[in-house]
Amino acid sequence: MTTSYITQVLPRVLIVKRPAAMRVLGDSFVASTKFEIVKAFESPLPLPEFLADQSHPVSAIIAPVHVPVTADLIRLLPNLRLVVTTSTGVDHVDLVECRRRDISVANAGSSYSEDVADTAVGLLIDVFRRISAANRFVKQRLWPLKGDYPLGSKLGRKRIGIVGLGSIGSMVATRLEAFGCQISYSSRNRKPSVPYHYYTDVQEMAANSDALIICCELTDKTLHLINRDVFAALGKQGVIVNVARGAIVDEDELVRCLREGEIGGAGLDVFEDEPNVPKELFELDNVVLSPHCAYTSLEGLEQLGNVFGLEY
Amino acid sequence: MESIGVLMMCPMSSYLENELQKRFNLLRFWTSPEKSVFLETHRNSIRAVVGNAFAGADAQLINDLPKLEIVSSFSVGLDKIDLGICKDKGIRVTNTPDVLTEDVADLAIGLIIALLRRLCECDRYVRSGKWKQGDFKLTTKFSGKSVGIIGLGRIGTAIAKRAEAFSCPINYYSRTVKPDVAYKYYPTVVDLAKNSDILVVACPLSDETRHIVNRQVMDALGPKGVLINIGRGPHVDEQELVKALTEGRLGGAALDVFEKEPHVPEELFGLENVVLLPHVGSGTVETRNAMADLVVGNLEAHFSGKSLLTPVV
Repeated sequence: MTTSYITQVLPRVLIVKRPAAMRVLGDSFVASTKFEIVKAFESPLPLPEFLADQSHPVSAIIAPVHVPVTADLIRLLPNLRLVVTTSTGVDHVDLVECRRRDISVANAGSSYSEDVADTAVGLLIDVFRRISAANRFVKQRLWPLKGDYPLGSKLGRKRIGIVGLGSIGSMVATRLEAFGCQISYSSRNRKPSVPYHYYTDVQEMAANSDALIICCELTDKTLHLINRDVFAALGKQGVIVNVARGAIVDEDELVRCLREGEIGGAGLDVFEDEPNVPKELFELDNVVLSPHCAYTSLEGLEQLGNVFGLEY
Repeated sequence: MESIGVLMMCPMSSYLENELQKRFNLLRFWTSPEKSVFLETHRNSIRAVVGNAFAGADAQLINDLPKLEIVSSFSVGLDKIDLGICKDKGIRVTNTPDVLTEDVADLAIGLIIALLRRLCECDRYVRSGKWKQGDFKLTTKFSGKSVGIIGLGRIGTAIAKRAEAFSCPINYYSRTVKPDVAYKYYPTVVDLAKNSDILVVACPLSDETRHIVNRQVMDALGPKGVLINIGRGPHVDEQELVKALTEGRLGGAALDVFEKEPHVPEELFGLENVVLLPHVGSGTVETRNAMADLVVGNLEAHFSGKSLLTPVV
């Protein structure tokens, strides 16, 4: 008796470049019995030839931020039904083209939110209390030579303005409340169930805040939202923390304000042209810099892998 | 009051110096090269000592100052003051509780995040240009990790409250169980360390708590556990700590205090799983001014026959 096997054709998911999570967690990051991974980065062929060479078409793509899902890329994938990003942000995906082609777009949801919120709070404390700068001071053996380190600024009772109160912004807010900070926020819409003061205008919030924490999406409305007027309103003691996208902040203006003492300090995880960071910031002790890794804890990435499994 | 001699043990706050100078005859101990001569000269005019975490009033100093009536410490910790002798001689002692609680607790959390998420190393990574060669490695999540606090006084409680906002389960060790507290009690520090991802030292320094974090505790905390010390250097067996870190038996440490400040063990400087601060727990303009106001307020109250603001003895 012969046994016939029905070979199930699994949906094929394209990965153009290996995402950070895969480098660390390996293939198990996206292993699933429900789909097959197609790794374009393992082929020497340029992407268009690689895709043309596939016996079965790709119906989904995993898109880290450094692989923009442009109209051109979408055109190479006539059977594409789903884009899944490894980030919360979807600003690197041509949403208009996706809508036109009826392609669903899913992001990493709130897998990362806790880690990003933790980093935002960590950066804020670091700037106010000079943690990284003082750590450098001790490790450079300056403590016995120079005596006490300059004083920092108390976090308690500081007025913190959160730009964007999504899952990350909300988590930042609940954490900072425990430090006795006064929270206000600015967002596209007022959130009635939330106890914090709402500002329609970011500049007005800056004028009434000691620090701003940027937690919003990058869209054409938020591009360079944090500009010269906002810095002027924030003032010489004011602090900016950005864990969202570099382009939300006018980086040249930020650098100028920091160098000239127009604002008090900054904690930055993101920049306009990563991995390039304005060298002028390296001379400043009131700035804490991070290489876009607010989201990269091992536990956060493992959670992301679970999300992918579910989304498919 | 300008004739009342107040001996300040070391530089601690220029604001405090100014305020004391306005009201008293301020004598700056650190400016005199010959300390015994200095004390001999001024022994009959010194009626108050102002000390801090580095220098207070030990038995020898108290015995050299026959007119000493009050020791006002610019700290909440009293480990540099011989309280027994002060009690015996009727010398009053005051400290600066409450006003620095929030700053120390804020710093403890800041150190936890800086250590687990490698914020200082990340900053170094960017400044050195290494980001252009590749991403920074993965770090360890803070939210949800268990926090074990040694000492649930004002500062320990403030740390717990903050860590709860990060969904951290809270454990503690204390001489006795605290009845109205929802956190999990462990009867020994070793048990606490075994059951916590992050161990925080937040108790006062005394003979009983010296080296309360010893090799056994560090081994219980383990290669995935981290130690945060915002108490006093002698709470931790520093030699053992260096060995545990260099041998990889302990996951990491963030230290604001050391056994012989300002000296820090050389071996710690090169470790990326270690954050080191120069005793800045209360180091903000706002808090140091509030502490100074308490010191001055206590001295004024004493010398005008009023009740002390924050007496200990």
